[in-house]
Amino acid sequence: MTTTATTADGEVSSPARARRRRSTGSPWVAVAFAAPLIVYLAAFYAYPLIRSVDLSIHDYNIRAFVQGNAEFVGLQNYADIVSSPLFPSALWNTVLFVGVSLLFQYAIGLALAVFFRANFKLSGFLRALFLVPWLLPLIVSASTWSWMMNSDSGIINSFLGAVGVGQINWITSPDTALTAVIIANIWLGIPFNLVILYSGLQNIPGDVYEAASLDGAGAWTTFWRVTFPLLRPVSAITVLLGLVYTLKVVDIIWIMTKGGPANSSLTLAVWSYREAFGTGQPAFSPAAAVGNVLIVIALIFGLAYVRLQRREEH
Amino acid sequence: MHHHHKSRAIAAAAVSAVSLLALTACTASGDSSGESSGASGSDTYTWWDPYPQHTDGSDWQNRVQACGDEAGVTIDRTAYDTTALTNQLLLSAQEGTSPDVVLLDNPAVSTLADTGAIISMDELGFDTSAIDPNLLGAGVVDGTAYGIPIGANTLALYYNQDILDAAGVDPASVTDWDSLNAALEQIDASGSRAITFAGIGTEEGSFQFLPWFWGAGADLTELNSPQAVEALDLWVSWLDNGWAPQSAIQNSQNTAWEEFLDGTVGFVENGTWQVNSAADAGFPTGYITIPAMNGGAAPAPTGGEFIMAPAQNDSARYDVTRQIIECMTTPEGFVQTADTFAYYIPPTADGQAQFLDEHPELEVWVDAVRAAKGRTSDNLGTDYPLISEQLWTAVQSAMSGAQSSQDALDAAQDAAVAATGR
Repeated sequence: MTTTATTADGEVSSPARARRRRSTGSPWVAVAFAAPLIVYLAAFYAYPLIRSVDLSIHDYNIRAFVQGNAEFVGLQNYADIVSSPLFPSALWNTVLFVGVSLLFQYAIGLALAVFFRANFKLSGFLRALFLVPWLLPLIVSASTWSWMMNSDSGIINSFLGAVGVGQINWITSPDTALTAVIIANIWLGIPFNLVILYSGLQNIPGDVYEAASLDGAGAWTTFWRVTFPLLRPVSAITVLLGLVYTLKVVDIIWIMTKGGPANSSLTLAVWSYREAFGTGQPAFSPAAAVGNVLIVIALIFGLAYVRLQRREEH
Repeated sequence: MHHHHKSRAIAAAAVSAVSLLALTACTASGDSSGESSGASGSDTYTWWDPYPQHTDGSDWQNRVQACGDEAGVTIDRTAYDTTALTNQLLLSAQEGTSPDVVLLDNPAVSTLADTGAIISMDELGFDTSAIDPNLLGAGVVDGTAYGIPIGANTLALYYNQDILDAAGVDPASVTDWDSLNAALEQIDASGSRAITFAGIGTEEGSFQFLPWFWGAGADLTELNSPQAVEALDLWVSWLDNGWAPQSAIQNSQNTAWEEFLDGTVGFVENGTWQVNSAADAGFPTGYITIPAMNGGAAPAPTGGEFIMAPAQNDSARYDVTRQIIECMTTPEGFVQTADTFAYYIPPTADGQAQFLDEHPELEVWVDAVRAAKGRTSDNLGTDYPLISEQLWTAVQSAMSGAQSSQDALDAAQDAAVAATGR
């Protein structure tokens, strides 16, 4: 009996595979091989998800949370959330926050990626500089943004003042608070878009461009007729990932405005966080309900993406 | 062949067993640490507090340890920031791994007591009769005390002597809102920012607003009373007149204090805990009590931590816990705490007398603390956090111009009634 090599990922070399076709083999072997993965998925994906749903369909006030005897309330928490006067404005703020952020992050990221595709002196260095927002701890960048946007002594207002624009109360006015956090979030998201789109550009073969230039296409036509269409799969995944990240952004908004003033920069994610941790009276059940609504929204877009991709393959 | 098949199965089983073991090891270690904090006869007692600034080797750490030594045990101290501490406490209470002693911000006491996660001072066998009732109030739920204040602080108006001199303002002239407004207008006319404060959308914002709210005669059970509207209009007018900076809407108390330390603001509303920092400022400073609308000192809210005993599976531990808490709350203990924490006023008459012997210049603060009022008092208890959230939201709405003071407070009152069922 010769021993067969079994590689780390359980792939069996060909003699073994041939044998398996003959013998049925114990199903337990398969289970045993899958066990680590199943245990991992159950512990780190299924359990938190189930727990989140469990929180949202019980009335976990703080006493019930400690004593573990929360009353079952069905969909009451969801009904409360949806009928709350905060829901429409939080939903609209979320749409604006995610939509505007993604649009600008993608457009600027793509422009920079195309720009850096032409290798020039220092392009590597400059590209690295654009990654800085990614490397900074969020507490640092968010605090810096809120200082820069300070109404009375922030650098942005003093610059605007120098060119004759009056004081803008960036983060203390309900009219501009959402804009302020969106601007900061766009800045944060550009490196991610730049990196993914840039690597996508590397995969477009050079001869396509050669052919385009032989056909007399200018830079603008080349971009719209060659780069953009060939980049579509990468773009789709970039936007999808960006969407999922942006939907659940809490930190930057929390640090800059706490969702205020007057709830003007409150998104669903911040609302969820505030219910759970932002007040002296943690309300985990409504927080979980809002969180689950967010998961469903992300899931819808995820499925839309899968569907889109499948259609493209066919 | 059979042999081979078997060895593969064994290998696979081993892999899965190892991964399962790794998981159970995690939970097992979690359990065992829980047991060590709950097992009787162990001579390590756990202690959590919200003072991460006091690290190992600090005076505070040594004091905590000394109280453990006195009771014949070792104290294992962990410091969290306030919000993290509350969350950790809830989680540990859920898992039955609570620390033996915990220090926590006073508005959270009634909330925790309501969960059954902490035991009352009666159960612990601790006599609370010496504690000032207005300071103990925050820890009393239905007539039962669940913790002892280890000291108290409150709010006052600090001023920048240089700026007041330049504007020709005498701080002693500020005795009510009219004289305060007159002083602010004078400072503004002299070209300086008149006042700053913390209007942030968290508990700190409510904490800062309450002296004006109570000073107008308003009550937390009626957020939209005419007095409450007057108090909020006062803050709004400061912003509208440019006497206070826009940043006051988002300022935390630390940020407001930093604005003051810049030397560009006349007054700042801040706490006892800044006395040392004020003395170190690059300009001469002083402080006055916050005036009530029609004169006299406004009741400011009490700040400060309570020492509490979380419930343990093994009630035999309470005896030592009581000894540790007693050690921290003797008159000498209170004075030591007061010194460690930059003028944390002792909550007992004995402690205050002894403290004033050492620091006669701080009588103003002792008086302010005696006049102060617990936020969860008036039997608000666990309703206070719900009301406070609506209050700070209304303050932010009115200051940012989203709503008038009346509309904002009307909405707050409706929301508070809906949340508390009062």
